[in-house]
Amino acid sequence: MRYLPLSTDDRAEMLAKICVENINDLFVDVPNHALLKGLVDLPNHMTEMEVEQNFEAYSAKSVAAGSVPFFVGAGAYRHHVPASVDYQIQRGEYLTAYTPYQPEISQGTLQTLYEFQSQVAQITGMDVANASMYDGSTACGEAALMACRVTRKKRIIVSGNLHPHYIDVVKNLTKFTDGVVVDNDPTLNKPENLIDQVDDDTACVIVQNPDFFGNINDFSDLADALHERKKLLVIVNTEVVALGAIKSPGEMGADIVVGEGQSIGNGLNYGGPYVGLFATRQKYVRQMPGRLCGETTDADGKRGFVLTLSTREQHIRREKATSNICTNAGLCTLAFTIHMTLLGEKGYRHLAQLNHAGTVKLKNKLAGIDGLEVLNETFFNEFTVRLSNNAAEVVETLVENDVIAGLPVSRLYPDRPELNNILIIAVTETTSEDDMDILVAELKEVLK
Amino acid sequence: MTTYYSEDHEWINVESGVGTVGITDYAQNALGDIVFVEVPEVGDELAKGDEVAVVESVKAASEIYSPVTGEITAVNEDLEDNASLVNSSAGGDGWFFKISISDDSELEGLMDADGYKTFTAGLE
Repeated sequence: MRYLPLSTDDRAEMLAKICVENINDLFVDVPNHALLKGLVDLPNHMTEMEVEQNFEAYSAKSVAAGSVPFFVGAGAYRHHVPASVDYQIQRGEYLTAYTPYQPEISQGTLQTLYEFQSQVAQITGMDVANASMYDGSTACGEAALMACRVTRKKRIIVSGNLHPHYIDVVKNLTKFTDGVVVDNDPTLNKPENLIDQVDDDTACVIVQNPDFFGNINDFSDLADALHERKKLLVIVNTEVVALGAIKSPGEMGADIVVGEGQSIGNGLNYGGPYVGLFATRQKYVRQMPGRLCGETTDADGKRGFVLTLSTREQHIRREKATSNICTNAGLCTLAFTIHMTLLGEKGYRHLAQLNHAGTVKLKNKLAGIDGLEVLNETFFNEFTVRLSNNAAEVVETLVENDVIAGLPVSRLYPDRPELNNILIIAVTETTSEDDMDILVAELKEVLK
Repeated sequence: MTTYYSEDHEWINVESGVGTVGITDYAQNALGDIVFVEVPEVGDELAKGDEVAVVESVKAASEIYSPVTGEITAVNEDLEDNASLVNSSAGGDGWFFKISISDDSELEGLMDADGYKTFTAGLE
């Protein structure tokens, strides 16, 4: 199909057909101050070579995570994605395949979604997982809404050690509903008392594991206490590789598990697109948002796959749907599934081991640096340190020396000056011993 | 015991101030194979016309509205594992819930068996 711009005659004919004199009459609902007057000031066209040079210059202004020692995590992690993942997702059948609403011509997509759901259910220890959400934060928001629907209650108690962006999204998604978010202060490495905040009007408690500061907890007791009162436990995971080593949220008794799948199959992608994971117990499946792929048999009795339980979704239930989402993270989900398949259980657990071993090594190297105190008793591949100096300033100084030392917590908590000296450091299998030694040397220098 | 019918294709069997409610055979036929019924909870209080249940078939999901005002006294737990009871026995084992009727006069607005027959004939 060719694209040809409209001529003035074409436009006149269309306006006459709908009995409109002037095209501006179609925009009368837009407030005057919001209307664009005149053309947007864009540069003139350039040659392909000039465009390339322009963008290379822009890109040179940034320091890419892989090009220097890099220790930032806090919800997105730099892992090695095997070349074969990209090779496969670039196949035309995968890259351009659209929404699998017609199962007759979408068995490839549907089968991979089914595999993805199976993988997510296995690693989270839950009964059923959906075909993915946009990202971990919106999956978390949706979990809060789902808990309110299931329990018919309003109060959503949120751990202070949940990723601050996730807390924001939960508040955003519940803003125009009856849901009330009860948030808590971050406690760094100190335990929280969430169960005492639960009352009759509570729908759920949301916790993260490992939490924003890297601490690992066993929430089994919290799950039991909540179930006694018929409340739900939502467990969030932002580093999916951790599930290869720690007790799964399902084993702890979580009712809903949400997370960020970016660590598997996907790069940092400058913040997105990512892969939201969402899993729950069989008894709640009809309240789950998002697409769900199911296994069935066709008219000839052969195994096939379809999108199922569509009566949860908005194109069937409209305002009574479990969510307004009508998509899933498609290609990122596929990349996750392929990478996970290549790893297998053995590879996945080994990957987790490598991450943790590297983190232990760095933690030990950091011990004995004056002006640096590691706060965590438990951690997977990320831990929190208290510095004698302002953490954001330390990070900026180290950037000048081509080291990206971690996330200064003040970036996400600018209104909590008591956290200005707190830095979160992440390690993955991509972190070399040289990287660690450089970080240690640089920190020693700036903190002395 | 008297049975009344609503224009939304619900029947209500009234005995001693308690009504047993389900959907009619006409309705189950129109909906197709029923796969799931979402019933209210015992103790729920409803006004006439309030949405009280949801019936899901392979084709669609339909809301069921309470034909009277009252409080739910029982729900049909068999429907959880066997939603097809609504197809095979819409007027009997496929009942949805029982409701204690707070205002008898609301029944006057409902149809009797003959009235419902005429009503559905007019829909063809």
